[in-house]
Amino acid sequence: MIGQSTKRREDLRLLRGRGQYVDDLDLPGVASMAVVRSTQPHARILGIDTAEAAAAPGVVGVFTAADLAEINQPWPVHLSNAALRPNEQRTLPVDKVRYVGELVAVVVAETRYQAEDACELVAVDYEPLPGSGHLSVSRDLPVPIHEDLGDNVAAHAVQTTGDVDAALAGAPRVLRETFSINRGGGHSMEGRAVAARYDRALGQFLVWDATQVPHQARALMAELYGVPQDRVRVIAPPDVGGGFGPKAGKYPEEILVPWLAKLLDRPVKFVEDRYEHFVSCTQEHLQLHRVEVAYDDDGMLLGLRDVFEHDTGAYASSLIVPLIAGTTVPGPYRIPALHIEFTSWFTNKVPSSAVRGAGRPQGVFVMERVMDRIADDLGLDPAEVRARNLIPADAFPYPVGLTFRDGSPLTYDSGNYPGLLEKGMAEIDYAGQRERQAQRRREGALRGIGVSVAVEGVGLGPFEGATVRMESTGRVTVVLGAPPQGQGFETTYAQICADALGVDQDTVDVVTGDTGTIAYGVGTFASRVMATAGPATAAGAREVRDKLFRSVAAVLEASPEDLEIRDGAVAVRGTDVAMPLAQAARMSNVGAPGVTMPAGTVAGLTATAYFNPASAGYSSSVQICVVEVDAETGEVEIVDWVVGHDCGTVINPLLVEGQVLGGVAHGLSNALYEESLYTDEGVPVTTSFLDYPIPSARELPRIRLYDQQTPSPLNPLGVKGAGEAGTLGVPAVIVSAVEDALRPHGVRIDTCPLSPGLLGDLISDAQTDAQNEARTEARTDTAATAGI
Amino acid sequence: MKPPAFAYHRPETVGEALDLLAELGEEAKILAGGQSLVPLMNFRLAVPAHVVDVNGLTELTLSAQRGGVLRLGALTRHRELERSPLVAGAAPLLAAAAPFIGHPQIRSMGTLGGSLSHADPSAELPGCVLALDATVVAASARGERRIPAGEFFASHFTTTLESDELLVAVEVPVPAGRVGCAFTEVAARHGDFALAGAAAVVTLDDAGVVTDARVVCAAVAPTPVRVAAAEKLLTAGLPGGLTEVETAVQDSLDPTPELKVSARYKRRTAGVLARRAVEAALADAEGRAA
Amino acid sequence: MTTSTTTHTIDLTVNGIPRQVTVEPRTLLADTLRTQLRLTGTHLGCEHGVCGACTVLVDGEPARSCLLFTVSLVGRSVETVESLEEPGGRLNPLQQSFQDHHGLQCGFCTPGILMSLTALLRDEPHPDEGRVRDQVQGHICRCTGYQQLVDAALAVSDEDAEVAP
Repeated sequence: MIGQSTKRREDLRLLRGRGQYVDDLDLPGVASMAVVRSTQPHARILGIDTAEAAAAPGVVGVFTAADLAEINQPWPVHLSNAALRPNEQRTLPVDKVRYVGELVAVVVAETRYQAEDACELVAVDYEPLPGSGHLSVSRDLPVPIHEDLGDNVAAHAVQTTGDVDAALAGAPRVLRETFSINRGGGHSMEGRAVAARYDRALGQFLVWDATQVPHQARALMAELYGVPQDRVRVIAPPDVGGGFGPKAGKYPEEILVPWLAKLLDRPVKFVEDRYEHFVSCTQEHLQLHRVEVAYDDDGMLLGLRDVFEHDTGAYASSLIVPLIAGTTVPGPYRIPALHIEFTSWFTNKVPSSAVRGAGRPQGVFVMERVMDRIADDLGLDPAEVRARNLIPADAFPYPVGLTFRDGSPLTYDSGNYPGLLEKGMAEIDYAGQRERQAQRRREGALRGIGVSVAVEGVGLGPFEGATVRMESTGRVTVVLGAPPQGQGFETTYAQICADALGVDQDTVDVVTGDTGTIAYGVGTFASRVMATAGPATAAGAREVRDKLFRSVAAVLEASPEDLEIRDGAVAVRGTDVAMPLAQAARMSNVGAPGVTMPAGTVAGLTATAYFNPASAGYSSSVQICVVEVDAETGEVEIVDWVVGHDCGTVINPLLVEGQVLGGVAHGLSNALYEESLYTDEGVPVTTSFLDYPIPSARELPRIRLYDQQTPSPLNPLGVKGAGEAGTLGVPAVIVSAVEDALRPHGVRIDTCPLSPGLLGDLISDAQTDAQNEARTEARTDTAATAGI
Repeated sequence: MKPPAFAYHRPETVGEALDLLAELGEEAKILAGGQSLVPLMNFRLAVPAHVVDVNGLTELTLSAQRGGVLRLGALTRHRELERSPLVAGAAPLLAAAAPFIGHPQIRSMGTLGGSLSHADPSAELPGCVLALDATVVAASARGERRIPAGEFFASHFTTTLESDELLVAVEVPVPAGRVGCAFTEVAARHGDFALAGAAAVVTLDDAGVVTDARVVCAAVAPTPVRVAAAEKLLTAGLPGGLTEVETAVQDSLDPTPELKVSARYKRRTAGVLARRAVEAALADAEGRAA
Repeated sequence: MTTSTTTHTIDLTVNGIPRQVTVEPRTLLADTLRTQLRLTGTHLGCEHGVCGACTVLVDGEPARSCLLFTVSLVGRSVETVESLEEPGGRLNPLQQSFQDHHGLQCGFCTPGILMSLTALLRDEPHPDEGRVRDQVQGHICRCTGYQQLVDAALAVSDEDAEVAP
């Protein structure tokens, strides 16, 4: 069943409108929480007057930091890195606000309408401080955002391998470039959502949370509430309307809702609306990379230094995004010397976090711009320069010489980058495309071809677990700690379990993301679940199979090795002797009360397995895209696009294609459309979809996929990760193609996203420059002729 | 993002509606398709004390062609502009522009009268009615007033309608003879508000000479703007070719920058789009029998 | 003439069934469907008319239920995703094609897309790819990249049988 495009069972409810997202749950008596958010980027809170709000119709309660001091201690930092400077975050800020959108107070009311009405009546007295909406402003902000730190540096880190200084000093050719990329938010179509009730009988908080990390959410809640972890049960519902990274963060609303449910003795829910998603849900911000690259006359890389700045927003709980961005830069290329250095800056913006790609698209963008510039400098084809520098297929495992963000050496487990690139060039008929490009140019069209090659750290640790149970009905249940947000876990993990256990996948049920059903879990992010929960599921299933066979063998007086599962029964191979699965399961799971089990049988057909990979694995992808640019309007039209990816063994090709296609769309949005903008003072100016375009089916072209499967040696299934694969190379390939298209105009592109406005101005600047040059030359000629 | 409370009024006749507007004045907002008003209310950027729902006024849904004039009721939905054979025949520019308005799910509800009253300078229909030399019919308890499109738009989101007036219809002169038209725009995504847009209407005589031309640009000023210089070039027979139209437009405009769109982009692109619209309109007119 | 400042009781038809609801003037159709009628298949994604998740059919036309005041819909007919399935809870051909082509992932935007496509397929049983993409342009899907859902609609379009009711 592994490798089969099984249709998703989830779809049967989702297509009929019977999904159960958090806001759909029927919680009798539920009250609605709305949030009073900071209108100031940076300000001291002098006072908050809630009296009028508290008296408004339908209001159940209004709460500020002063009202909730009991749970408002600083958040513990769970995921830390020595380079990250401690910065205090609380559920509700006590003395100052650090970004527009930060929680200041909350209102609980009978309806969301009434809660929002009352929020408008809460009067907050601010003393505004100068704010920073850009990392360059943070450098000199008079009052630091975290005043105890003395400045706005969140982290500074350096990694090196080889001697970059020597490489740059001795290289035949050196290029110095600056690139910037401003990625936006997650914009899952369902916002963040959390609902809770407090069960007095159990003494337990029951929390339904549209989170990617229920076990982490539980840990934070339990710690802040001062209760044992088993007094908090966090359930990420099977239906979560997308995650893409931001839902792997922890948010003040998640802490408040369960607590207020207890305090008010009734269920409470909070559902983030789109405005709130813009101002209060974490997103990626700007990165500014200054790159020096040394290479020889054949375009072979000799060394690269990338010193970059990262905008981390108002708080930083990790260095995930800059660490990943920096270690993604080397990509698929052999680079003898590397120097990767970053400074992460606090700004008065919503905190940054991983968004589908998590720094990788930035790293790929930087490296691929560099490859295009080298090709341009040497007059070589961009695909050729890449091919020359690719790590050969026989060089794995390949140590890059840096440390990945999981703490393990950045060593590529497996791959075949030349093979993937060659296949892509064949798929799109690269040589033919170059000919057609020349033809189109002769016809006056601006056509360009872009190439990007990317390597993606996936399958990050520490671990994920699965409990596999053969129920007394003979059906099988797989319990995963990690929750899905649309990836189809209920289907794919049934495939894996069925394959390992030897049963029909339709007899396997998958339960996910409930801290009440599996002790430990880490969560769904970093393209990590298949490479951790996948092997765990297979291991658990094999253990159950082993217990089942030993038990049945004892009763049938056969050897376990002679048994097989056939037609819903455990059968002795080559005979008619068999025991139905339900009977076998009852024997092990129920038995007969007070009666000794037959000798050799195993009690309880269940097994819990955890899998902790030795290190991250590395997927890879190639994208080749053909575009035409309207030089007059700055509009980009995509003519053809092939995307190849290698995520090791594929469990369900149909679903992996879906992941890649969705990732590509997200990447295209980063390349041409969405951009989160702030004033220099930190006021967000893109706070609706009217100012923040996300492409529709009209903007997305048809994408041709191809694949290659190089199994990972890091886990028994040979799987890697695919969730972010599509996104990685898109900003790089689109900008590569657009720059190639505009080569006749000499336009250089160092940034994205490329809105028509930006691209149009770049083109007209280049045209003006060309005209001025022509005029200068003409004047010189005239002067020469005149003999002056 | 839930709208604030308001008092709701649903008049059943235009007379009732006008009495309400006279009584409520600035306190009231008129609800037609709601595709602009309700988002503003959901963001609580619009907080009207009273909402007058005109969707029950069936007389505002009626359209008819009489003589040389197509009268379109204010409640004509964008989908009708897009699909109605009457509009396609008598006001083809509106039919051509309609697919650029939002998305099918917006066009099903959004109305002609609502779009014009909202007066978003980057919207499609204000520019089109200006290019068509249409007349806006406004009614109030004081009587009816006919406002030429050129006098209707005052500024960003502002018209010359009085607070007690209701836009009841738009009258479009039906093209006679060889009239061609075209609309084009650039937007961040298809269906989004324009970064720049242009509409052109040209009339040819039997010899193919331009006898009348109207060139309008959108999203480049507080209101849609007619570019007289470009029109004059057209009636003068375009001595320097089509690029003159582009230059004339660019020289005439002084747009202000917007988010992610510079003034020079708007000026340049408006010129390009005007040239393209004129070219397409000329082709359209030439394709019509002399 | 009707004037109301508090609540108002109106009659409308939802999924073919006459319903009477009591609403504040400001109550949005999406909230009436979700909260009062417990038809939670209609989702709210942006509440400003761009994302399309809340799309329902009003008198057969796709419309944003986040931009309609319920009070304004006296006597009108509303259809939601819950009306699409066939007897016994079986998927209708469009829904089935979505499953076959993996036309959905998280499923949050899907009900709105299904309603827009239902309207299209009633008008034009055999739309081409351009028409399908035009019709769903008013929907944002962050998961799929649209290709598989466009394929799902095209597969239905290719079928000879009449699809939509």
